[in-house]
Amino acid sequence: MRNNSNEARKRPAWKPGARRTRIYQLLLAAALLLLWQLATSPTLLPPIFFDDPNKAAFFFGEPLKAAARIWVWFTTGEIYRHLWVTLIETLLAFVIGTVSGLVVGIWLGLAPGASALFDPYIKAANAMPRVILAPIFFLWFGLGIASKVALGVTLVFFIVFFNVYQGVREVSPVVLANARMLGASPRQLLRYVYLPSAMSWVFASLHNSVGLAFVGAVVGEYLGSSEGVGYLIQQAEGVFDINTVVAGIVVLTAFALALDGIVSLVERRLMVWQPKSGETERL
Amino acid sequence: MTPALALERITCTFAAREDRSKRYTAVKDTTLVVAPGEFVSVVGPTGCGKSTLLNVAAGLLEPSAGSVMVNGDPLTGVNRHAGYLFQADALMPWRNALDNVVAGLEFQGLPCGRARERGEQWLKRVGLAGFGDRYPHQLSGGMRKRVALAQTLILGPRILLMDEPFSALDIQTRQLMENELLELWSADRKSVVFITHDLEEAIALSDRVVVLSAGPETHPIGEFAIDLPRPRDVSEIRLTPHFIELHGEIWHRMKSEVLKGYAQQQQ
Repeated sequence: MRNNSNEARKRPAWKPGARRTRIYQLLLAAALLLLWQLATSPTLLPPIFFDDPNKAAFFFGEPLKAAARIWVWFTTGEIYRHLWVTLIETLLAFVIGTVSGLVVGIWLGLAPGASALFDPYIKAANAMPRVILAPIFFLWFGLGIASKVALGVTLVFFIVFFNVYQGVREVSPVVLANARMLGASPRQLLRYVYLPSAMSWVFASLHNSVGLAFVGAVVGEYLGSSEGVGYLIQQAEGVFDINTVVAGIVVLTAFALALDGIVSLVERRLMVWQPKSGETERL
Repeated sequence: MTPALALERITCTFAAREDRSKRYTAVKDTTLVVAPGEFVSVVGPTGCGKSTLLNVAAGLLEPSAGSVMVNGDPLTGVNRHAGYLFQADALMPWRNALDNVVAGLEFQGLPCGRARERGEQWLKRVGLAGFGDRYPHQLSGGMRKRVALAQTLILGPRILLMDEPFSALDIQTRQLMENELLELWSADRKSVVFITHDLEEAIALSDRVVVLSAGPETHPIGEFAIDLPRPRDVSEIRLTPHFIELHGEIWHRMKSEVLKGYAQQQQ
């Protein structure tokens, strides 16, 4: 309890000036949207760049129409099915990729022989642009959810794997020796020393991997599917409906931010032991 | 009487990582015998292989030659009779103070409730009652050392290995910790091997001081019995004439080695 009140006192949620910054940020967004709306509207401004007044809107879309699109999506419930599919793909890719990266990272981190053997293959697999695997995954797993999850997993896995691998190899030798002197068996070392030590590296990588899980899902949908937000975007592009494409991008970005926020929240809960910069809470 | 710990003719040679033919002999032909209940300090210039010797005693490092006997039995693997207090921070940063203290009991499979009860008792004994929920980064250097001490002593080791445990502390905290260590030690008289480069600390704490030569090929060059009366107060005993006499005698033997060690570090 004392701990919490101390933290609240020493690290106010809003630093002075932060509120003003936030206001400026919102103003900037409003200004950009207004400019966009003015520049693309066929009626508000005379055409500067294009000979046809409708051409600017055709290429760049109109923010109001995109917003209306989003509104229609959510009020009619049309988007939920697609959003659900995309989110499921993202979450599955995220979870499977993270867990497998963690397991393989710890294994290779602790087995120098195996890691020396696999080293060139892992480097090659990581260097390969993995989106080109999509056609293979479509062949193997069909056009449903599984192929998108597989694509996302190949992206997430390596991020987590490299971080955990590094984390396991950089476990403090003193902490390790101390745990051994306190009687930890190899199994207990794994559970009580290697795993918690690797977790801080895992969390450092999770922010990246959430984004990549989304990339895997959406790119997979874009390349071949019958549902999902990527599919919506691809359909809209097919009929030159730029406003729907923009609306899809906005929705995806919002959900990626939300997932990232959840990761931050979990991180803050699990990583209480980590010193935060500027926190002077010594006694 | 069987010695609690006997290092017999220990030699430790390390091969350089890049070039296997280049060898470095840190410790050569060193014998160190510690009687039950004896407090032995090992002093020597920096970089002379004191920690190597302690790691051998702990079973963390296998010597190139020589044998380690614990209570008369040859040592294989980690020394289960010994507790080790490291020079660097060795607490698990992801565990709070109490969870760190009970870690050893947890490894033994003691039920959580009883382990915590004993952990709280030990936190109290090292003067940290009420700090159990703090994480290591929230504690000062001295407090972290106390947690480490409790973490080691809770398992009741018969041998205590200490590797310059207080060298990172400021002088006042250090003397407080030294007095507390003596008090804890006097309760059940463990055998202690205390490594330090600080001669005053060594004399103030120990029954016997062993002086090591400068590295490489470190070996003992002198042994001095410290017959100062106990219980001692480390900050006061430094001022007694007998302490100063002992200090002069041992320092006379150490001086040339310290200079040699210093010259090597300059290269």
